[in-house]
Amino acid sequence: MKIAIIDYGMGNIHSVAKALEFFGAAISVTNKKNDIAGCDKIVLPGVGAFDDAMAELEKQGLDMVIKEQVKNKKPFLGICLGLQLLLEDSQEAKDKKGLGILKGRVVKFKAGAGQKIPHMGWNDLKVISGDCSLLSGLPTGSQVYFCHSYYPSPLDESIIAATTDYGLEFPCVLWKENVYGVQFHPEKSQAVGLKILENFVNLC
Amino acid sequence: MLSKRIIPCLDIKDGRVVKGVKFLGLRDAGDPVEVARAYDAQGADELVFLDITASFENRKTLVSLVERIARNIFMPFTVGGGIGDIEDIRNILNAGAEKVSLNTQAVKLPELISASAKRFGSQCIVVAIDAKRKGDSWEVFINGGRTPTGIDALVWAEKAARLGAGEILLTSMDYDGTKDGYDLELTKEVTQKVNIPVIASGGAGKLEDFYDVFTQANADAALAASLFHYQEYSVKQVKEYLKERGVAVRS
Repeated sequence: MKIAIIDYGMGNIHSVAKALEFFGAAISVTNKKNDIAGCDKIVLPGVGAFDDAMAELEKQGLDMVIKEQVKNKKPFLGICLGLQLLLEDSQEAKDKKGLGILKGRVVKFKAGAGQKIPHMGWNDLKVISGDCSLLSGLPTGSQVYFCHSYYPSPLDESIIAATTDYGLEFPCVLWKENVYGVQFHPEKSQAVGLKILENFVNLC
Repeated sequence: MLSKRIIPCLDIKDGRVVKGVKFLGLRDAGDPVEVARAYDAQGADELVFLDITASFENRKTLVSLVERIARNIFMPFTVGGGIGDIEDIRNILNAGAEKVSLNTQAVKLPELISASAKRFGSQCIVVAIDAKRKGDSWEVFINGGRTPTGIDALVWAEKAARLGAGEILLTSMDYDGTKDGYDLELTKEVTQKVNIPVIASGGAGKLEDFYDVFTQANADAALAASLFHYQEYSVKQVKEYLKERGVAVRS
């Protein structure tokens, strides 16, 4: 089992790499097309602004690689910004489209709903898709670490595998066939997060 | 429901923990990774590492330390101390910190807040404010609390939030080290002024202090150092106390 962690200069890869290794995966931290194509699974992390991240992916030709690999049914996990990039566009970036692998957009939490922005800290998962392998062993109420101002709003609600309540119930795990995305940081969510990464390693 | 956070803070110098941590059973109580692991086991929600090293060479030590921490603990942490520009911020975030904390440089160059928030997102930019009572307001101090600025702390908090800070780390210089509890008045004023999370810091001495700062001053998180380092209370004890009294904490 070899997992590519796409390294495009946008954020932290060390915790993800170490956790996946711990569960027995060989890791390739890479921005090379052939390396990515040679791996069994792909992780797209990401911290930063949507437009910068997308521009970086495009500059390095990684957008095409990701689309191609996803089309080939390779298991794919987007984390935080890495999830948001899967959608078509974001309120954070007017002039930059996302990868468009999932239909829908990324929207900002509304101010004045009594909730502070960013949504920062530990909050509960509400599991919607009990058969989502990524969430195997994690009951509703499991807590994960969030650190974000924007959240995904997919067109097709049936791909929402879990939600979180923060003034409104927003999607925090998306799942469509081989594509998974989490808005929180599993690599920073202690035991619960590690279970999710273990589930990703063990996906068939 | 979003939990209130309990955050131990570690001072780091030349890659080592200073202000000794008196944990039993640690092989090396000066190793930030060992100490971080111990707090991870206690159920700390986040950690803050404040680098009190000044020199350029040691900044590199800090980045490699951040990488080592990120490889060993799977919890969020913030790194602050001497961060001067976008490049410093990028290096620390890429090394695996969740957030960076800006203090002196943000006061000297407020554009750093807006530039870094635009580049990396507000969610990873913390502005640390050291505030000291002056008449009926509070003054911002920089350079580790040594230099008064004449800036009003509430005005500064509001400005920092407007520029794109994602969180305020608010330290009361009057209460820091006293163990008399957090500065509820200051914390409350700031949480009313800004719509971003506020971490209260300075003065924690008893279990009630945590309860008070969450329920009376609406803090989103409470930071403490010596209280935890000297094992007067564990993070777990604080959380059990809060949970019994109906405060949402992560168990």
